[in-house]
Amino acid sequence: MHPFAYVAPSTVAEAVAELNKHGDRARPLAGGTDLLVKARANVWELDAVVDIKNIPELMTLTVNGSGLSIGAGVPCYQVYDNSEVAAQYPGIVDGASIIGGIQVQSRAGLGGNLCNAAPSGDGIPSLIAHSAVAVIANASGTREVAVEDFCTGPSRTVLESGDLLVSIEVPKPAANTGAAYTRFIPRNEMDIAVAGVAAFVQLDASGKNFESARIALASVGPTPILASAAGDSLAGKPVNDETIAAAAALAKDAATPITDMRGTVEQRKQLVEVLTGRMINKAVERARG
Amino acid sequence: MTTNSPSKVHVTTTINGQQHELLVPGYMSLLDTLRELIGLTGTKEGCLDGNCGACTVNIDGRIVDSCLVLGAEVNGKEVNTVEGMATPEGLHPLQQAFLEEAALQCGICTPGFLVAAKGLLDNEPSPTEGRIRHWLAGNLCRCTGYDKIVRAVQKVSD
Amino acid sequence: MVATFEPKTDYKVVGTRPIRHDGYDKVTGRAIYGADVKLPGLIWAVCVRSPHAHANIKSIDTSAAEAHEGVFAVITGADMPKAESKLVDLGEGNINFKWASNKLMADDKVLYRGHPVAAIAAIDRYTAEEAARKVVVEYEVLPSVTNVIDALKDDAPVILPDMVGDDLGEDVTNTNMAAHVRHEFGDVAGAMASAAHTVEREYNMQMVHQGYIEPQNATATWDEEDRIKIWTSTQGAFPARTQIAGILQVDVSRVKVTPTEIGGGFGGKIPVYFEPLAAILSKKSQRPVKMVMERTAVFETTGPTPGARMIIKLGADANGKLTAATADIWFEAGANPGAFIGPAAMCIYAPYEIPNTRIDGWDVLVNKPKVAPYRAPGSPQVAFAMESAVNELCENAGWDPLNFRIDNASKEGTRRGDGVLFSKIGMQEVLEATKESAHWNAPIGDAPEGKVRGRGIANGYWFNIGLKSSANLAVNSDGTVQLTEGSTDIGGSRTSMAMHVAEVLGIGAHDVRPTVGDTESVGYTDVTGGSRTTYATGYACWIAANNLVDVLKERVAVLWDIDKDDVEFNDGSFSSKAEAQKTIGFKELAGKLDDLGGPANSTGSVDLESAGDGFGLHIADIEIDLATGKSDIIRYTAVQDVGTAIHPAYVEGQLQGGSVQGIGWALNEEYYMQDDGKMANSSFLDYRMPTTLDLPMIETVLVEVPNPLHPYGVRGVGETPICPPIPAIANAINDALGKRLYNTPMNAGSILKALK
Repeated sequence: MHPFAYVAPSTVAEAVAELNKHGDRARPLAGGTDLLVKARANVWELDAVVDIKNIPELMTLTVNGSGLSIGAGVPCYQVYDNSEVAAQYPGIVDGASIIGGIQVQSRAGLGGNLCNAAPSGDGIPSLIAHSAVAVIANASGTREVAVEDFCTGPSRTVLESGDLLVSIEVPKPAANTGAAYTRFIPRNEMDIAVAGVAAFVQLDASGKNFESARIALASVGPTPILASAAGDSLAGKPVNDETIAAAAALAKDAATPITDMRGTVEQRKQLVEVLTGRMINKAVERARG
Repeated sequence: MTTNSPSKVHVTTTINGQQHELLVPGYMSLLDTLRELIGLTGTKEGCLDGNCGACTVNIDGRIVDSCLVLGAEVNGKEVNTVEGMATPEGLHPLQQAFLEEAALQCGICTPGFLVAAKGLLDNEPSPTEGRIRHWLAGNLCRCTGYDKIVRAVQKVSD
Repeated sequence: MVATFEPKTDYKVVGTRPIRHDGYDKVTGRAIYGADVKLPGLIWAVCVRSPHAHANIKSIDTSAAEAHEGVFAVITGADMPKAESKLVDLGEGNINFKWASNKLMADDKVLYRGHPVAAIAAIDRYTAEEAARKVVVEYEVLPSVTNVIDALKDDAPVILPDMVGDDLGEDVTNTNMAAHVRHEFGDVAGAMASAAHTVEREYNMQMVHQGYIEPQNATATWDEEDRIKIWTSTQGAFPARTQIAGILQVDVSRVKVTPTEIGGGFGGKIPVYFEPLAAILSKKSQRPVKMVMERTAVFETTGPTPGARMIIKLGADANGKLTAATADIWFEAGANPGAFIGPAAMCIYAPYEIPNTRIDGWDVLVNKPKVAPYRAPGSPQVAFAMESAVNELCENAGWDPLNFRIDNASKEGTRRGDGVLFSKIGMQEVLEATKESAHWNAPIGDAPEGKVRGRGIANGYWFNIGLKSSANLAVNSDGTVQLTEGSTDIGGSRTSMAMHVAEVLGIGAHDVRPTVGDTESVGYTDVTGGSRTTYATGYACWIAANNLVDVLKERVAVLWDIDKDDVEFNDGSFSSKAEAQKTIGFKELAGKLDDLGGPANSTGSVDLESAGDGFGLHIADIEIDLATGKSDIIRYTAVQDVGTAIHPAYVEGQLQGGSVQGIGWALNEEYYMQDDGKMANSSFLDYRMPTTLDLPMIETVLVEVPNPLHPYGVRGVGETPICPPIPAIANAINDALGKRLYNTPMNAGSILKALK
């Protein structure tokens, strides 16, 4: 590991200035559960890490009438331990509850999960399904990027040198909505998704028909994927095995996995279909309350 | 400590109830800070990537893998390690239960399991077997098959 | 040394569950493991490792690393003493020092990925790592082979050009085949031809790792009179000393090995890795040098257990009696010979009485780390093949798999596959205990919707070993006894040693204070492995304790002014044969020793030819999600003949731990090799050992058929329990799905594929 300096600014402006000073040789430090592993393996050669956990707005979790705001440094446990988040955003909680073990969840957060941009990032599909937006600061101000557009490839994002993720903004779900995420792993915890599926559904007042849906996938492409056709296929359709199976088949089509040590193309595509069906059903169940 | 480190960080921290003032190289893990700077070698290194839990310590009431924390990050925080579990009055009930239930064989994972289990019982005194197994999934043991570890934690549960 | 004993039943200490003596240090963090060793002036070292699985080293430039601030010493293959090519027996495997040396630090060629090519000692670990990146190595990459089929092809790259292979006694050169052995007896061809039922199948298994949580480590000093001191996490201080001295080309008396507490081994900490390198770096730097291995290197470079290809054929008569068996097995040795085909041949047919058998085994070099023992090395592989084939034979013929195992069980006098005849063994007792067990008699229960359940059983066997052990005793004036024994303690064994002594002396387990000795404080003792420690070192402790009784009888004779032969000892008390009212307890006598001739000490040692065989049977219940292939073990029981359980809690622990290692091997663990010879999953994350959440409680049934070769009837118990899980799970999967898997790991992907 290349020796690096540690700085802990207390404002976004200071943090951005520190990042700008070192360019690609500095990284923001949130939970550290990916950063320190990559630095130790010399994947990244760093001169400085910029600890963002002393910046109040990056450590704030807010749930209110307009939605959920997750500061970039908020660890997973604060997300799933928050009863309001758990009640209103169960799909996001599904993801936050399975990143690493308890020790990792004390440190790792959804912001870091997003910036790490692993195709298997368990926190990301539900954010996509919820139409969440990433707020990014740099020296010239802030900008917003839809989470579905945030990751550009394995370990690659829209963030440029000097950019800092400030928060993830999740719009408040309308009435009769529900969401769920699951992944397939060979063990029961402490594993990387072979495939992961998030579903977000909005039902009509009767609870018998889909008004809209968004399906997002993990570990079956170079980034987490929004499976638009799968979600769109449900709009206006009745909730039944047939429509759900059709959406699951479309999700399977949207998956572009590779064969590696974690699974084969065939296995992953089958898993996407199976998990999509299960997650739509679970989201429907939650939407019906 | 090292000859070519960038500037060191001044850290004031409470470890097992005792205040420490340290100069920590920016890149040094909390694990090495404990083991190499302070001499608390009860916290063990197993993998250095957060997948075995042997280095589990407690920071401000939350368990973490100390290999994935920088020493510089614990400024102003309270760190508790396995060395802080027993008191002059005796072992922590979990330590006693691990001995009585033969919940350790080689013992290298034991400090991590003890700190992790304490983190559970401090907040949830009556966990189910399933909850215990879920909470401890971040701690690997290769000797015991976990049976006696889970039983030891159950023994201390209300 | 061979003696036989009548079983005893009225034990006072044996069979109890005292708290282990080293437990307090281990639950408080005080225990000193290898990485915890601190010495004045200590510096750290790391290795520079090959990114290629097979390559010639064209050049190494260490100048920039040497110039790096904080660096004390740099070594390469040129700094390694040139050892002669010679085989030395280490108890659970042999070693050739030339190859062993070259395995630790490449000379002119790297043989596996991660092979060290240089090592650097610096003021601290971070500095050493930074300097290591400045070593420039130019490689000529060679084609590599990572499985036995490719390795034996005519055009395969030859890994060790100077190796002479042994093909049934014939020398062969220019090959990756290190050895081909055969064991055969009876009329195999005739019996197979006349069998009413036969089954023939091929099985393949990927290499797996021991997976101990503590990485390899070593700390060394090399002083001005060429005395080398080593502190290390090892399964045997003396065998480590033999290896270190052999690799460094010095007399064994120049090397002192102090075994630290050891964070798991399972066989993998019998070979040395860092010890000689740290010693040479210490000599160069004149400082104590410590090395701790990174986890990736533990996977890539330290002893896994062989991957295997196996073809097995069984024949049975119409009445369900096995009549013939053949097996051809190819095991991966890694980059040096030694793939445990001998033990495999000893184990494969052991649970069964089969009159006509043959086994051919091949020891094959591949560009992977040299294998090391892993809990019953060779036996889990052949158990997977044999026990799967037995069940398939039963399924085809309509026989009950448990009754079939009972009908064909080996017993006293049965001939093992390598020709050895069994003495008193407990296979039949294990099978009867299984039939009566709670698990076997409980229904498996209904699976939830979308899932199915299945139950499987399988036998397992390990022969256990004896070998050399030593122990010393000294009486304290307060009536306690110091025990120094030579077996490093991986799982609570020092308490079992103390219990042997306490039982003889009629004192409590905690009246004996056991210490694991270094190589200058106790006599030669072989490795903690082979399931020999409680048996052989316990035996040595028993002898030492009886010798101590003898010494103390002399003191009593002085006290009472009678002849030594007139002193009796029973249940912790000495008495006079002539005057029964004259007695003195052990503790009281201990307080009087100063007036009766001073300190009372004793020693005991053994060199045991045989050990007493270990048989077990496991029952596995599995539940499988038909849509995803995900499986969960929902109930698991290990039944085993343990001889006599000295400390039953730690005997149960051995059965539970072995079972779970086998479960991991069965379901998920593997070396997933890329085409370029790189292990793709060299982290705990992707290697996927079982976590707490992947398992139920592991039930145990301790069957006690006392071993007549040990004074208390002890049998080794540690190895046997890793053998049944893999086939038990294969049989359970078959029971659940009606599909049989012939390759490990039997992961979700394989199950989904089988369901297609």
